[in-house]
Amino acid sequence: MTSRFLEVRDLCVAARVQKSALTPIVKNVSFAIETGKVVALIGESGSGKTTISLACMGYARPGCVITGGSVRLHDREVLELDFLERRRFRGTDVSYVAQSAAASFNAALTITRQVTETPLIKKLMSANEAAEKAVSLYRELDLPEPETIGHRYPHQVSGGQLQRLMAAMAMICDPKLLILDEPTTALDVTTQIEVLQAFKKLIRDKHTSAIYVSHDLAVVAQVADDILVLKDGEMIEYGPVDQIIHEPSQDYTRELISAAHVMPKRMPEIRTPTIQTTQEDVTEPLLVVDNVTAGYGPNHQYLALHSVSIEAHAGRTIGIIGESGSGKTTLGRVISGLMGCKQGEVRLGGMPLAGSIGTRSRDELRSIQFAFQMADVALNPRHRIRKILGRPLKFYFKMSKGEADHRVDELLDTVELPASFADRFPRELSGGERQRINLARSLTAEPKLMICDEITSALDTIVAEAILKLLRELQERLKIAYVFISHDLSTISKVADTIAVMRDGKIVEYGSTVEILTPPHHNYTELLLSSVPELRTDWLDGIEAQRTTARTAAAG
Amino acid sequence: MTMPETELRSPLRELLSELTPTVFICALILVGFILVVIFAPLIAPYGEGEILTNDSFALQGSEGKAQPGSTLLLGGDFLGRDILSRLVYGARVTLSVALAISLLAFLLGSTIGFLAATLRGTADAILSRIVDALISFPSIMIALIVVTSLGSTFTVLIITVALIDATRVFRVARALAMDIIVQDYIEAATVRGEGLGWIMWQEVLPNALGPLAAEFGIRFTYAILFISALSFLGLGVQPPHSDLGLMVKENIQALLYASAYDDLRYALICISPALCIATVTVSVNLIVDWYLKSTGASLPEEL
Amino acid sequence: MTLTALIGRRLLIGVFILLIVSVLVFAGTEILPGDVATAILGQSATPELVALIRERLGLDDPVYLRYLHWLGGLVTGNLGTSLVNGADLGGEVGVRLFNTFFLAILTASVAVPLSIVLGLLSALKPNGALDRTISTVTLALISLPDFLTAIILVTLFAVTWKFFPAIVNIRSDDGITDIMHALVLPVATLVFAVLAHMVRMTRTVVLNVLTSAPIEMALLKGIPRWRILIVHALPNALAPIVNVIALNLAYLIAGIVVIETLFNVLGLGRFTVESVQNRDIPAVQVCAMIFCAVYVLLNLLADVISIIANPRLRHPK
Repeated sequence: MTSRFLEVRDLCVAARVQKSALTPIVKNVSFAIETGKVVALIGESGSGKTTISLACMGYARPGCVITGGSVRLHDREVLELDFLERRRFRGTDVSYVAQSAAASFNAALTITRQVTETPLIKKLMSANEAAEKAVSLYRELDLPEPETIGHRYPHQVSGGQLQRLMAAMAMICDPKLLILDEPTTALDVTTQIEVLQAFKKLIRDKHTSAIYVSHDLAVVAQVADDILVLKDGEMIEYGPVDQIIHEPSQDYTRELISAAHVMPKRMPEIRTPTIQTTQEDVTEPLLVVDNVTAGYGPNHQYLALHSVSIEAHAGRTIGIIGESGSGKTTLGRVISGLMGCKQGEVRLGGMPLAGSIGTRSRDELRSIQFAFQMADVALNPRHRIRKILGRPLKFYFKMSKGEADHRVDELLDTVELPASFADRFPRELSGGERQRINLARSLTAEPKLMICDEITSALDTIVAEAILKLLRELQERLKIAYVFISHDLSTISKVADTIAVMRDGKIVEYGSTVEILTPPHHNYTELLLSSVPELRTDWLDGIEAQRTTARTAAAG
Repeated sequence: MTMPETELRSPLRELLSELTPTVFICALILVGFILVVIFAPLIAPYGEGEILTNDSFALQGSEGKAQPGSTLLLGGDFLGRDILSRLVYGARVTLSVALAISLLAFLLGSTIGFLAATLRGTADAILSRIVDALISFPSIMIALIVVTSLGSTFTVLIITVALIDATRVFRVARALAMDIIVQDYIEAATVRGEGLGWIMWQEVLPNALGPLAAEFGIRFTYAILFISALSFLGLGVQPPHSDLGLMVKENIQALLYASAYDDLRYALICISPALCIATVTVSVNLIVDWYLKSTGASLPEEL
Repeated sequence: MTLTALIGRRLLIGVFILLIVSVLVFAGTEILPGDVATAILGQSATPELVALIRERLGLDDPVYLRYLHWLGGLVTGNLGTSLVNGADLGGEVGVRLFNTFFLAILTASVAVPLSIVLGLLSALKPNGALDRTISTVTLALISLPDFLTAIILVTLFAVTWKFFPAIVNIRSDDGITDIMHALVLPVATLVFAVLAHMVRMTRTVVLNVLTSAPIEMALLKGIPRWRILIVHALPNALAPIVNVIALNLAYLIAGIVVIETLFNVLGLGRFTVESVQNRDIPAVQVCAMIFCAVYVLLNLLADVISIIANPRLRHPK
């Protein structure tokens, strides 16, 4: 018996584009996993990493076909098994943890019913044994109320808990191979670390082999033994984790590493202000959010912002950081006029702004522009770029068609895109190009202030890096003020001059970037900071003790 | 709204490359019917009300005794009129009335539907509840009451059925717009300060156009079936105009002839107008189905 | 919001819609031309008599009073009297409603199980041979005018082979087998009329559920096919399927005027047509209210089942 538990050789998968045509999406991928080891598949969207992990279970998504190669699992050739035989090893020998537990749990069944389903169906345990096993797994995974949490329905527990419950579901039969498909991507940073720790402990304690699929190199570094770097379905580099991180042999891997979401290590990397900080008292703030309280529902019933005050200065960036539910997006919406406020006011250049879009003057609307997170849904798919960029010109400046066309060409040049893109539709552009158009649309209005709502979050790391660079250049040239909203502290620290840390609708810490990032930190900031993975393999183990203290302090 | 030509060209070309023989035939049939509607007087061998023979239900290919030298290619109706000619004129009436109904229904239904979705809040709630109540009337019932009280003229018929149909279109248009209105590009237009008109016609409509076109096909077939049913009940198009539904009603006695003489050719006299209706509706539906399938889903092969 | 509160709210909305409907029905029939009193008196109408009748019927009251009076009657079960023969409407409507319901229930008992099975089979192998056949046939059926289906069935089974009668002529002493025999063709026509819609809608609903993430998860957990369908897919598909059924049952009750006319079934649909043609306003009002009420109630039922079947609502956070 070989110690290689899984061996994938020359795997090829193709997607059926039309009735007959097949387009390869995974090309000749080979790797192997020894018992108890973790291999990470890393790559950006479209790299084929999920497809490969599913093929290891002999499964191809609708529209995909496994066209060649071999997947040897222990002593079986998975790709030669029929449906019945594949069913036999799934859930028991190999199990799968999906990217979004919230979507993958069946809303109509209780959690334990789903967790214990496989051993019961395959008659591996009695109902009592399975239930006990489930509870002990819940306990190992640090889930609250392990005795009763399984009686709930999926919608009754939080996202982070659900992801761990899915791990329990995967581990119930003590599988020899665990496939984790971006299991922490949908989670907030502080939760991500907790789930990551739980997974790592589980894999180590049970001596399980695992495939860990992720786009995040720093996360992968914490759990993997080997890393396989993928791009467009092809293997770029394959080797032990230390070698990939410290001595990458390929340019693409180096690019990935330099763009990874890690905190800048040295202070010089942190944003140096474009205007001297000492002058701050002299310059009037461009935007003042003064003691704003706002919420959703009739009469602001559900408050999302409590007495929030911030300032933004021309040519400077204020970063708003927080996790989901912190109120950071609401703040952006209040500034832009998409939402009114219950108390307090927003002033632009000293003048109070009306609460809603309908009552703001066209010039006020023009001065504040909003850049959306997802460029692919923020651009009307039925409009050409020329119309997308031309409309604000006609709307705000009453430009003629000729003038607008000319200006559109200039704007495309500003965001480093060729003028020929004007006649394209958004779907004919890549994600990064679309985000540039999204920014260009905000620039057409020649705004004084731009609200950037998670504009890099949906982008692959390398593309995101380029967008941030562009933002900085634009600011230096046009002296625009940015309100940069993000959940990612490492991104914020690269762009912001001042940072406001938000939690539960309140600002918990507010100051210059250097102040915020230099110890001593506020408890919650400390928790956030310690949640950003570092690109070294021993970070997760070292951080545990430090975080426990930070978490209790932040909660208290 | 005018859509630049090129905007439609590339998806259209894509679509045409997947054209199946069935769909091609259906399209040919529809073109044929359109020609018949336009050139009815040139195509029909005889007049709409011209009586060619004194017998009821002359068989296919028999000679018109009242008009020497004439032939009843598809037979004669209960008054001895040429079925083929009446089919041509009947199709003309049925199809143009159905088209007028669908156009009117779409103009009304989608405008109000978009409006409800864009305005949201109270306006949407009120409009939706009214439509809920209106939709709970069986459509044939409303048509019955209105047509009987106001008289069955073309205007009354078209406006009544279009209003009934508009409630269905409203729902579809509103649902489509609701999906579109939550997209960020609508918010981007809102935050720019755009008015209701721009958002409805420039942002929402282009994105709803594809599904709406498919829905138009389906509603058009319903309109054909609906006015045929009304005419069949004697409440739709009134004699002496011919209409495909009315022709079935007029010639239903032919079935008894078929039974008495044990000759199915008589049944064909009654069935042929219904078959005409079916040919058009099947063609339209097949084309719509093909169009919708080009964005179809598929399942894991193991299920 | 608790489950009972949700259901209660839905019931209230249902009642509200029925109220709107009653206003619409009342207003709608008001526009029917002709004076009721003149209609009752017919040839013997003299101005004095007309005035007398008008007074007795309360026709000179303001509109809202007449509406309230009429609504009160409906709620208390007093449906009014026919203008044609002066008979109490309750009896006649009762008989007609029974016939229509009988036909509808017979049709539903064939069409509902059949269409769910066909829809499921279709969804399980999308674009397979069976799916394509079912899809084409149902598409054709949707496109056919229902009188064409009826005529073809009559031509084949009544005219050519003489298996079944072409018109329904039930006498009071007919046994159940005779009645069934007489109803085969109308029921078959109706089944064809609703089957296609139900199959296609079931297919869409099931396909939506089967392509969802939880089903992929179940596959990857090694769950057998039958169990995926019954335990994982069915609970999620139930509510939408119930909606499909409700929609089509409502059509069965109200949309079958043509079939009733063709086969000479003395159902409520035909009664409505006759009443409209005779300007029998009270009868038209009652019929319209019944049809709308059935539609509203069926939808209400479907919504309540959807609410109960939704775990998010059944087990709030």
